[in-house]
Amino acid sequence: MDEVLLRSLTPSVLTVLVRRGADFAAAEDAVQDALVEAIRAWPADPPRDPKGWLITVAWRRFLDATRAEAARRRREDIADEEPPPGPVPAVDDTLQLYFLCAHPSLTPSSAVALTLRAVGGLTTRQIAQAYLVPEATMAQRISRAKRTVSDVRFDQLGDVATVLRVLYLVFNEGYSGDVDLAVEAIRLTRQLAGAIDHPEVAGLLALMLLHHARRAARTAADGSLAPLADQDRSRWDTTSIAEGVEILQAALARDRLGEFQAQAAIAALHADAPTAGETDWVQIVEWYDELARLTDSPVVRLNRAVALGEADGPRAGLAALAALDDTLPRHTAVAAYLHERDGDLATAARLYTAAARKASNLAERDHLTRQAARLNSRR
Amino acid sequence: MAKYLLLKHYRGAPAAVNDVPMDQWTPEEISAHMKFMDDFAARLEETGEFVDGQAVAPEGTFVRYDGEGRPPVTDGPFAETKDLIAGWMVIDVDSYERAVELAGELSAAPGAGGKPIHEWLELRPFLTMPPAITE
Repeated sequence: MDEVLLRSLTPSVLTVLVRRGADFAAAEDAVQDALVEAIRAWPADPPRDPKGWLITVAWRRFLDATRAEAARRRREDIADEEPPPGPVPAVDDTLQLYFLCAHPSLTPSSAVALTLRAVGGLTTRQIAQAYLVPEATMAQRISRAKRTVSDVRFDQLGDVATVLRVLYLVFNEGYSGDVDLAVEAIRLTRQLAGAIDHPEVAGLLALMLLHHARRAARTAADGSLAPLADQDRSRWDTTSIAEGVEILQAALARDRLGEFQAQAAIAALHADAPTAGETDWVQIVEWYDELARLTDSPVVRLNRAVALGEADGPRAGLAALAALDDTLPRHTAVAAYLHERDGDLATAARLYTAAARKASNLAERDHLTRQAARLNSRR
Repeated sequence: MAKYLLLKHYRGAPAAVNDVPMDQWTPEEISAHMKFMDDFAARLEETGEFVDGQAVAPEGTFVRYDGEGRPPVTDGPFAETKDLIAGWMVIDVDSYERAVELAGELSAAPGAGGKPIHEWLELRPFLTMPPAITE
């Protein structure tokens, strides 16, 4: 039984049912029934058209369930008017599911969970494991999300930016358990890029590939964080980098710049440098200027201060930093780094200690504590 | 089997014997400390005695209901106590003696100079449901 095939077919089967008028929860139940039936029947009698088979069985299950309830008579009428099951373009289906799962009425965490479930075909248990919450908690979150979107009809597509935001959140969550969310996010974004022709979708895919290419090098053997400059570049995945750069260049050539393309351009410049010292910081600063123009985000300005510190020297970086709100996440860590580069080790050590206290994850906290310890033990 | 909560404190516990702030250690000493903690948890996973472990940030907020239609009150007269707990580990062991033994081992994590910190850990049993069958 090809589980990957089943998982990849699930979203479009689900969408067909929803578009024919099934409500989301009922459609999902019917699809689950069809999957169980497939697992039972396919080994002995493999279908010629697996997707068509699933749609037919799921639709029949849905109708059976619907007929059993008088309250669902209305949807049955809708169903009667629909054409019989036949070949369906996969691209269109999946796209609508992406937009439904990223519906603005959902909270970001619900949108993420629903996307992983409906578009990604992951089980509730897998999603719960990935987010380190009990399965019952995740089941509740997903069913509440399904209720929220159950009345939404697919008559118009939503905002692609919302979908991209959801995929970006999935990617950033990293991984744990038996599902690698970064890989899953890349898979889903790749699928989306195949379904929709949009430079920012390409930009996000390129960004993910470029970041993911460096993942193996981001942690040392003992699990500690390896900053970009210290990474063993031979461990970068050059195939992913090449693919990311190619996708990015094609997107940039269309001259419709967005924040994901700009972020990907910065990641590409880092990936392109044979050593940290050969990084083209001047161009990176220029891309941060573009990003600041597009997003006006204080986090972007903070990152720009780091880049400026590399391009024009730590004093320039500190001057740019002084203009920013010092309660920004990582502001203290950046200040510590720039002071160290400027030769003021005492201030740098004090700031690294302060930044460690504010760190929001363990790897970062340990890294910053080590930085403070390194300077303190040198003095 | 009984579950116990092992609490590490930022402050509030009696001072450790080898009481040097972590930023005064060498990076190698920090690595050795982290490895000790990881190995300890991994060993308890092997024996089936590990349940959960998390570190928590020093910043926290006290929150209290302040009456109908009013926003919750944040912070109060206890501003120091919230930053006591640095992290916890939950273990599931056969006896109180085993829990004490493990807490003692964890307290021996290496610190400055590679010597054990001898920090104080708080050991608290979880309350459980009354048994369905009473013998």
